Amino acid sequence: MSTPTSPASRPKSIAWRLATVADVVPETSRARTLVLDVPGWSGHRAGQHVDVRVTAEDGYQAQRSYSIASAPEDTRLALTIERLDDGEVSPYLTDVLRVGDQLELRGPIGGHFVWDVTLVGPLLLVGGGSGIVPLMAMLRHRAVATATEAHVRRKTPTRLLYSSRCWDDVMYREELARLAQDDETLEVALTLTRAQPEGWLGFRRRIDRPMLAEIAWPPSERPYVFVCGPTPLVESAASALVELGHDPALVKTERFGPTGGSG
Amino acid sequence: MDGDQTRVERERTDDDRAGEATRLDGNVAAGMLSEIFVQDFTTARVTCANCGAARPLGALLVYAHGMGMVMRCTTCDSVVMRMARTPTRLWFDPTGARLLTLAPVTAVV
Repeated sequence: MSTPTSPASRPKSIAWRLATVADVVPETSRARTLVLDVPGWSGHRAGQHVDVRVTAEDGYQAQRSYSIASAPEDTRLALTIERLDDGEVSPYLTDVLRVGDQLELRGPIGGHFVWDVTLVGPLLLVGGGSGIVPLMAMLRHRAVATATEAHVRRKTPTRLLYSSRCWDDVMYREELARLAQDDETLEVALTLTRAQPEGWLGFRRRIDRPMLAEIAWPPSERPYVFVCGPTPLVESAASALVELGHDPALVKTERFGPTGGSG
Repeated sequence: MDGDQTRVERERTDDDRAGEATRLDGNVAAGMLSEIFVQDFTTARVTCANCGAARPLGALLVYAHGMGMVMRCTTCDSVVMRMARTPTRLWFDPTGARLLTLAPVTAVV
């Protein structure tokens, strides 16, 4: 017989909250991270997102979804926003918002595209452009949660394949290099599709089936797979993985739309 | 005035725009669904009323438009659910889903 839940413990619908910008961190020439204090925040799982609502002086409201970049273990919430030139909301968040300003958000949202260290097994992360953001939350969570438990790391070997146009567009560059360097169970592969620095030894083309065949585990290992980024990249990579034999139920996708950003 | 030349310009329809790769995943429905349901519906298992395929709502194919979204079965492409928002109402049409099941979460205080 199940015990009845008291009103205080029944789940509530997700409320809009006022978040204050505590810090701003530039990531690339077009992207920056907003570090937020959110009173009453109940925590999140890596991969989830928030809805952000901005209100203009004339009362016009616009709402967009942004993936959470921070690990669940962090005390503050971080969102990495990439400016879309013709976006309605992103230019405000990347160019105008300053420390001390507030914005409305609700979340965390989305229980499907999530990962945590209790999901034992190989992990394959495939991201393009700003699709790296929820994958970074997963990597950050994994790093913190396994910091003193190498055996858990070995049980969750992880590979990231991250596509960007050029080196300057690669978000979290130093942090990814450091994470991979400090952790032999994590491998990071970058592909730069439009321009590569002198002496570049990584991939130089869009993610395709041969690249995935090289990077991914064999389907028999049954890795958890998360693919995120512009819709065309996600669909092409997810199809390729299924063609290679990966179980579609293990390949989770988060399409960001045609441009890869949410505007 | 010269003879009335009536030119009928075809308006771009949602079908035209759907070709512009505005396909998304069921996760995007979570925000709007949270205004209707208290449980997280993205992990709910949805059974397509047309073909019987069952999968997490987060794995449905979503076509978003200005006022809301259409969620389609990835097996047979039928519409499973629709949601739309007008200034005065929130529309939710689940008739393409034969069954929704989920494991309710009780908050741990």
